[in-house]
Amino acid sequence: MSATINTSLAAGRRLPNLWDAAALLCVFGALIAVTHIARGTMIPIDAPGATEVSLDPWHLPEYAVRTTMRMFAALVCSLIFTFIYAAAAAKSRRAGLVLIPILDVLQSVPILGFLTFTVVFFMNLFPGQVLGLELAAIFAIFTSQAWNMAFSLYQSLKTVPADLMEASLSFHQTGWQRFWRLEVPFATPGLVWNTMMSMSGGWFFVVASEAVSVGDNTWKLPGIGSYVAMALEQKDIAAVVYAIIAMLAVILAYDQLLFRPLVAWSSKFRFETTAGATASDPWVLRLMRRTRLLQLVGDGFGDAAARLGGLRLSLPLPLRPRATAARRPSRVVDGIWLAVLVGVLGWAGYKVVGFAAIELRWSDLGEAVLLGLITLLRVVVLMILASLLWVPIGVWLGLRPVWARRAQPVAQFLAAFPANLLFPPFVLFIVYFHLSPDIWLTPLMVLGTQWYILFNVIAGAAAFPGDLREAASNFRIGGWLWWRKVILPGIFTYYITGAITASGGSWNAAIVAEVASWGDTKLVAHGLGAYIAEATDKGDMARVVLGVAVMSCFVVLFNRLLWRPMYAYAQRRLTL
Amino acid sequence: MDIAVATRPCLMEVQACRQAYHKDASADLVVLDGVNLTLHEGEIVALLGRSGSGKSTLLRIVSGLLRPTAGTVLWRGVPIQGPTEGVAMVFQSFALFPWLTVQENVELGLEARGVPRAERENLGEAAIDLIGLGGFESAYPKELSGGMRQRVGLARALVVHPELLLMDEPFSALDVLTAETLRTDLIDLWMDGKLPVKSILMVTHNIEEAVLMCDRILVFSSNPGRVASEMIVPFPHPRNRLDPAFRQMVDDIYAVMTRRSVPEPRAAAAAPASPLALPLQRVGTNLMSGLMETLAAAPYNGRADLPALAASLQYEVDELLPLGETLQLLGFAVLEEGDIHLKDAGRQFVDADTDERKRLFATALRAHVPLINMIRQVLDERWNHRASAVRFRDELEDHMSPDYAEDTLRTAVSWGRYAELFSYDEEAEQFSLEDIG
Repeated sequence: MSATINTSLAAGRRLPNLWDAAALLCVFGALIAVTHIARGTMIPIDAPGATEVSLDPWHLPEYAVRTTMRMFAALVCSLIFTFIYAAAAAKSRRAGLVLIPILDVLQSVPILGFLTFTVVFFMNLFPGQVLGLELAAIFAIFTSQAWNMAFSLYQSLKTVPADLMEASLSFHQTGWQRFWRLEVPFATPGLVWNTMMSMSGGWFFVVASEAVSVGDNTWKLPGIGSYVAMALEQKDIAAVVYAIIAMLAVILAYDQLLFRPLVAWSSKFRFETTAGATASDPWVLRLMRRTRLLQLVGDGFGDAAARLGGLRLSLPLPLRPRATAARRPSRVVDGIWLAVLVGVLGWAGYKVVGFAAIELRWSDLGEAVLLGLITLLRVVVLMILASLLWVPIGVWLGLRPVWARRAQPVAQFLAAFPANLLFPPFVLFIVYFHLSPDIWLTPLMVLGTQWYILFNVIAGAAAFPGDLREAASNFRIGGWLWWRKVILPGIFTYYITGAITASGGSWNAAIVAEVASWGDTKLVAHGLGAYIAEATDKGDMARVVLGVAVMSCFVVLFNRLLWRPMYAYAQRRLTL
Repeated sequence: MDIAVATRPCLMEVQACRQAYHKDASADLVVLDGVNLTLHEGEIVALLGRSGSGKSTLLRIVSGLLRPTAGTVLWRGVPIQGPTEGVAMVFQSFALFPWLTVQENVELGLEARGVPRAERENLGEAAIDLIGLGGFESAYPKELSGGMRQRVGLARALVVHPELLLMDEPFSALDVLTAETLRTDLIDLWMDGKLPVKSILMVTHNIEEAVLMCDRILVFSSNPGRVASEMIVPFPHPRNRLDPAFRQMVDDIYAVMTRRSVPEPRAAAAAPASPLALPLQRVGTNLMSGLMETLAAAPYNGRADLPALAASLQYEVDELLPLGETLQLLGFAVLEEGDIHLKDAGRQFVDADTDERKRLFATALRAHVPLINMIRQVLDERWNHRASAVRFRDELEDHMSPDYAEDTLRTAVSWGRYAELFSYDEEAEQFSLEDIG
C-alpha cells in the first residue's frame, strides 16, 4: 500500500499529469453542481419551478444530482450524529443506560409513517421556503441511515482490544488522542461498511420522501423520487423506465467512485495481525494514489487530520481502574439518575395515555394488531419463499469462486437499488390481470430486501472451508444429507445476518408496498402498512402513531423472539 | 554485585500491596497479598510465577495502569497517580496499532507527549536503528514476523527513554529461536549500556529465561499471589545455559515452585468451608495419560526430574506444573522437590486398557474431586437424572472468581465425560445420566 506512494514520491515528478486535468474537471464540475443546487433551496416555495417536476428525460440528470445531494447531506448528518451519540453512549455508563435501548427501538420504528408530520414540522421552521421541504426529506433519509451506523461505532468502541487500550494509557495519550488514534481507526471498517448499507437503505426513503402530500397539498421536490411519483400519476411508463436507468447510473457512479475505494482503504484499519489475501485496489483508489495533484490534496487532508487527532486535548479524566473495588460508581448519583429517568418515563406515559384516551378506543388497537398479524404473515411467508429461492442459488454461486466474484457486486448493487422504483411494472401487471392485491402486492415487500439474503449466502458459501467440502465428498455425502449436515450449518451465520436485514427492511417496505397506485387506480392490500399509509393520507395522526407503535412492537418482538436467539445459537454452535 | 545494586538509588518501591476483586456477597477474591518490591537502578528483575499468580497484575500496578486495593507504590519516593512518565511497557501480545506503520507506532509515545514532529522522527529513527529494525520504517505490523513485531514493541517503549522498562512476558508469544535472539540482543544492548533505561522489570513464567537474563528473581506463589522466594542470580553475562551452576539454579527454582503447592491444602487461605473451593486446572485427559505413560517408560521408569522432563517434552513450567499437580490431586503421582514420581495407581492406569482406564479414572475422580462426586450424587438422587449446571456454577462462584469457576466447571465436565460419570448438554447447560451405562 504505502509502497506505491513512496515510489511515486521518489520518482520526483512534480508536474501535473493528464490524470490531474481530468481530476480537476471533475472537482470543478461537482462544485458548480453543488452551488447550483444550494441556490435552489433558498427560493420561496411558490416561486415558479421550485416544486415543479417535469417528465422530460433531459431533466433527469439534474434531478439525479439533486437526489444524490440530499442523500449525502443526510449522510453527513448521520456521521455527525453517530460520532456524538455513540461516543456519549460508550463513554458514559449512565448515558449508555438510556441511549442504547432508545437506539434499539428507533431502529425498529418505521419512520416512513411519520413523514407527513416531519414535513409539517420543518415547513413551520422555514415557512414559505423550499428549505423546509428539503430538510424534511433529508431528515427522513437521516432516520434511515443513522441508527445502524451509531450502533456499529458504539459496538466498536466497546470492544477495543484491551492490550491496545493499555498501550495507549501507558503512553499517556490523552482522551482526544486515544479517540482518534485508537478508537476511531479500530471502528472504521465496521463504520464504512454500515455507511454503505445505510446509503442503500436511504435510497428507499429518498424516493418516498420527495413527493409528500399533507392533507390536500402535495409538494414535489425536484428529484428522482418525485419524477417517479409524477410518472405514476400520469401513467407514463416510459418515464418510469428512464428513472430506473438514471437510478442505475447514479448508484453505479457512487459505488465505483466512493464506496469501493472507501472499503478498500478501510481494510487498512482491520484489526488482524496476519496479512491476508488482499483484493486489488479499485480503480478510483489507484487513480487517487497515482495522480500527483489528488495525492497532494489527499496527503494534505491526511496531514491535517493527523495533526488534529494528535492534539493533546484532554478532559482531566481520572485513571479508570479496572478493579471495581478500587472505585465503585456512586450509588447516590445512580439513584438520582434513575429517579430522573423514571420521572421522564412517567410523564411520557401519562401523555401517551391521555392522547390515546381522547383519540382512540380499544377496538382501534385490536384492529391494528390484527392487521399487524396479517403483515407478519406476509413477512414470514416472504422470508421463507425468498430463502427457498436464494439459498440454493447463493450456495451454487458461492461455491464457484469465479461466479461468486461476479455475482457478489451485482447482488450488493441490487440491494442498494430503491425497490419502490420497480413497483410500477408490478402494479400494471396486477391491474391488467385483475389479480388480488392482497396476494400480489406482497412480493413488493421483498423486492429490495431479498438481495441481502443472496449476497450473505454467497459470502458464506465462498468462505466455507475447502477441507470440509473435501471431507464431505470423500465420505460421499450428497443430496439432502449434504444440505442438512454440511452446507446449511456452514452458511447459517451468514444467512441469519442477511435474513435479519431482509426482514427488517420488509417491515419498513410494507408501508409503501401494501398501497400502490397507477393513475387513478389504487391497489390496497390488507395489512398494517396500508393502515399506516391510509391514516397518513387522511392526516389522522392518532392512527398513524398507533400503527407505527404497533409495527414497532411487532418488529422488536420478531427480533427478540426469533432472530436474536437464532443468531446467538449460530454464533455459539455454527461459527467455523 | 548485589551489594553494589542495593546501594544504588531506588527507582520504584511497592509496599504492602494488596489487590482484591470485590465479589458481591461472599469474601473478596485476593489476587495479590502483602507484596513488597524494591527496584534499584541498574538491575534486571524477574517476576516469576505460574499463570494466575498475580505477577501480571503486579506489573500493571507498577506501571500505574491499575490502582492497588491497598498499599502504596512509590516512584522515586513519590506515590504514583496513574501511568508514570518514566515507565514504559512492552506487551506480551505486542499491542501494536495495526493501522500505523512501524515508524508511527514507535512515535506514538512521543506524540502523546507533544514532542515536535522533526524531533519525533529523529528519535524514532534512532530507536528503530538501535533495535535492529532499520529498513522497516514504513512497514505495517501485519507485514512483520512475530519477532520483528516485538522489536517494534521494544523500540516503541525505548523511544521515550524510560527510566524503568516493564516487560510482560515479552517473549512468550515467539518461537524458541526468535525468542532467544531477542533475549541475547536485549542483554547485549543492556551490557553495552546502549539501552536508554536504568532498570528492567519483567514478568515471565519461563524459569530459564529468568535465570538467563535477570539479576534478581522474585518467585510468586498463587492463591493469593505472594512473593514466595527471592533469589539473586550471581552469574556474569553472557550466561551459559549448560553451565552446571546455571542448571542447579533452574533446579532450585523448580523445587521452590513445586514445594509451595505440595503440603498446603488450598482451603487453608479461605475459610475451611466447602470442599468445592478447589479450582480445577484445565488439563486434558489425553495429556494426563500421555505424561503417565512417559513417566512409566524408560528412561524415567516412574521418576523424573521436572526441568529435564520439561526440556525433553519442550514444555514450559507453566504447562508442566498444572499437569503434575493434577496427577497429584487424582492420586496418580507425587511432586516433591522438583521431581515427579508415579504412584501405584498411576502404574495401574498405564497398564490398563481403555475401558479399565476410564474405570480407574472415574474412581479417582469420585475419590478426590468433590465437585464431580457431588454432581454424580445429585444426578443419582434425582428422579429424572438431570441437573442444571447453573447451580454448580453458582456454588463454585461462592468460593472463587467467575473465571475460575467457569474453568473448573468446564474441566469437571470434560473429566466427567471421559470417565463416563455423566453426560452434559452444552446447549441446555445440563448434566444428565443419558448414555451412561
